[in-house]
Amino acid sequence: MPLWAEITVTVFLVIAGVFGLVGSYGLVRLPDPMTRLHAPTKATTLGVGGVLIASMIYFFAAEGRISAHELLIAIFLFLTSPITALFIAKVHLHLREKPENLPTPREAAGWASYTASGPARGVRDFPPQDEPASPVADTSH
Amino acid sequence: MRARFLPHPILSLTLLITWLLLVNSVSLNSIVFGAILGVVIPMITQPYWPDIPKLRSPGTVIGYILVVLYDIVMANIQVALIVLFKRRQDLQPAWVCVPLEIRSPEAITVLAGTITLTPGTVSCDLAQDGHAILVHCLHAPDPDGVRDDIKSRYEARLKEIFG
Repeated sequence: MPLWAEITVTVFLVIAGVFGLVGSYGLVRLPDPMTRLHAPTKATTLGVGGVLIASMIYFFAAEGRISAHELLIAIFLFLTSPITALFIAKVHLHLREKPENLPTPREAAGWASYTASGPARGVRDFPPQDEPASPVADTSH
Repeated sequence: MRARFLPHPILSLTLLITWLLLVNSVSLNSIVFGAILGVVIPMITQPYWPDIPKLRSPGTVIGYILVVLYDIVMANIQVALIVLFKRRQDLQPAWVCVPLEIRSPEAITVLAGTITLTPGTVSCDLAQDGHAILVHCLHAPDPDGVRDDIKSRYEARLKEIFG
């Protein structure tokens, strides 16, 4: 492996390590659940991203092939981490937060966590007035 | 006919590419199997996803991804600095309500994901009618600025992409 590749890989690994460490430290240091949520969801994006870039450069320089697994890992991570964060935030809203402490949406009835009754509702249940409702799927066939 | 055979062409293509990336090689074998996946999975999942999201200007997608990646890197550094050097009593977490102009569920999903991925902000809830997103900020001395940033940087572009 050429020297430039070794140096680049090392730099990316060190950057990734630093951000991973800071993210974990933030989990300990920040004062309450909502602020704690910020440190790990973020530091992982750059921390893991750095490791993945280093891995791609390594395989390219050492074995001369382009490894694509890293791209997939990045995509899956980017898809899943916001969902995890949303779940934790929702639990916090239900258990610890009062709706009075939150800003209210302007024209709306309220936040879905508090106002939705029955099964959790989504956007599709409330087509805006100025647009025609989306046609219901015919799933009979 | 086309709607029943390939209800989501982009999803089919994505599945094929994902499969090729998973096996990490391009051979006839993997292409055929990827194509089978790309046809079967959209057909099975079609009842759960009846509307085809329309991409009005696909070219803007690449620009959007680049902007988001750049923001992720910059904001990661900011959050790291806040975690390391900001004293606890100086921290000003805030809830921000971001009113939405985009209406398509796919666009709102992408926006919420982007808000969470860019450090310093987490999207927490949606208004019941889907016209606003509740965002929590790690450190926001100026909550209105955060709201305007989200609207001008991401929502405007998504509006262009999804129409």
